[in-house]
Amino acid sequence: MTDDLLSNCRPILGRVTDLLAVQTSAGSADAVAGVRITPVDAVGLEQRAASLCTRSIKTSSKAAALDLAIRVMDLTTLEGADTPERVQALCTRARHPDAADWSVPSVAAMCVYPELVPVAAKELADSPVAVASVAGGFPAGLAPLDTRLAEIAWAVAAGADEVDIVLNRSAFLSGRYQKAYDEIAAAKQACGSAHLKVILETGELGSYDQIRQASMLAMVAGADFIKTSTGKIGTSATPAVALCMAEAIRDMAEQTGRAVGLKLAGGIRTAKQAWHYLVIVGETLGSGWLTPERFRLGASSLLNDVLMQRAKLLDGRYQRREDFSVD
Amino acid sequence: MSDRLVVNKTYKQFIGGAFERSESGRSYPVSGAGGELLANAVQGSRKDVRDAVAAARSAQAGWAGRTAYNRGQILYRVAEVMESRREEFSAEVARAGDGCSHEAAAQQTTAAIDRWVWYAGWADKFPTVLGGANPVAGPYFNLSVPEPVGVVGIVAPDEPPLLPLVSRLAPVIVSGNTAVVLASERCPLVAITLAETLALSDVPSGVVNILTGHRNELVSPLAGHVAVDSLDLTGCDAESAADAARQAAATITRVVSASAAERQWADESAQSPYLIDAFCETKTVWHTKGR
Repeated sequence: MTDDLLSNCRPILGRVTDLLAVQTSAGSADAVAGVRITPVDAVGLEQRAASLCTRSIKTSSKAAALDLAIRVMDLTTLEGADTPERVQALCTRARHPDAADWSVPSVAAMCVYPELVPVAAKELADSPVAVASVAGGFPAGLAPLDTRLAEIAWAVAAGADEVDIVLNRSAFLSGRYQKAYDEIAAAKQACGSAHLKVILETGELGSYDQIRQASMLAMVAGADFIKTSTGKIGTSATPAVALCMAEAIRDMAEQTGRAVGLKLAGGIRTAKQAWHYLVIVGETLGSGWLTPERFRLGASSLLNDVLMQRAKLLDGRYQRREDFSVD
Repeated sequence: MSDRLVVNKTYKQFIGGAFERSESGRSYPVSGAGGELLANAVQGSRKDVRDAVAAARSAQAGWAGRTAYNRGQILYRVAEVMESRREEFSAEVARAGDGCSHEAAAQQTTAAIDRWVWYAGWADKFPTVLGGANPVAGPYFNLSVPEPVGVVGIVAPDEPPLLPLVSRLAPVIVSGNTAVVLASERCPLVAITLAETLALSDVPSGVVNILTGHRNELVSPLAGHVAVDSLDLTGCDAESAADAARQAAATITRVVSASAAERQWADESAQSPYLIDAFCETKTVWHTKGR
């Protein structure tokens, strides 16, 4: 199948479906008939996402939700000014988010730029916290393919357990789905045994239909996780986008039996947002997805708010932000 | 043709520069001297306290960072806007609580306006009076500067409804503090009308937040809030003041209450630069003297 064939004038929905039909039947011994991509009811999606966000969570459920939010968190620092010392300090937080209370669970992973992977890998060597690295020309993903693949392989060799790459939106948005697909498949190969997370950058995709198609494309191409955003553009994770991607994952699981994870990132700053997302994922995918193996929250400032709410729950007093660490 | 229906004002809480109903959705009836219903006021909840403190907290650095001169201008502007709505204030004061004659209400309104002007004038003078250069042994400059404590919780007295509120609020914010005010439970409406003038007076959002509702529900979360730096319990009775002080002690929150002289609201004894000082922390700086 060539790009030329794909870019004929059939509706866009059909074209991604056609590609995935060929890919799934070619790539699988079971000759899966191909995944179906149903159109998204945008109003219904937003309405359902909004209604799931009104769920009230109190007392022991709230305590459990806060701990779960920590356990599925990818503590992230992706600044040009990141230093090895800063990463070391954050790794210490990743293991024990509250220095004064070791009953607080560790986060799922520490997410850094490739150059800082060796630092994080050393710090987290004997801990349950995984090392995640962005790679593949993050955040645009428009470096030459060879360079991107080499970066992924380098990060894995340096100790990354998980690699976050970006979907080639340039290819996807211009209808070159085969190219976008092949690049993800190549990245998956470059990852080896490391987990591959594919960032769709949903804020740049334009519609829920496009988000669902990009989700399906990334999953069939081999993504272990699909992820909303880089956090580098204005629009990032929203409840409706999270629901849209969770539904795509549900469709994938129903049609192929393969369980793909969901990572939400960008703009998640409060504990309340975090448990809204837990509700969305729990209601859409079931509690089987509420584990670090299948669900992640990528965030930098969220951890402090979760710790603050946790302290409020234990102490009964409303807390002061300044009493929690700056990072 | 039918009679026109009166358009009544909804008295909402003032949080972060916006007029909002309670997060809890509750309200309670407020009656006047004759027992007649004046309006339904918002019955705030502890979450409203939390939101108001958060708003006050985020507004504090910006407010304290304004020049003293600018803060003085803004307090003066509050007086200007109150003056233009003098009749409305007097009418509300006259019918609130036990009520009073229109003449007495007008006097109270005038005194409240003048009190803003009085504290506006102190904005760029109190640091000189309360701080200054200290004589020390050695080649050093030693300077003491009063700085705002941060977020101040104010439990406003019940009656009279306007003047005590202004008398306790103005000295708190003039130095750069932000305030979360629990309005009088019995006469909350005038406080909300005051909030409307504050909203029109260049007072930045979040600098003054005014909550209405039941004292026994709101004082405790305010006093216990870790982000509240000082408390004015003038409006509390002895028992609830003791409770609040215990809550405040756990987070090292300074507790202030009006003295008997300060409670002579109409007198000059109710206004003092030392009242500004009560909500300030003195910072002392040593600096080497040049040669």
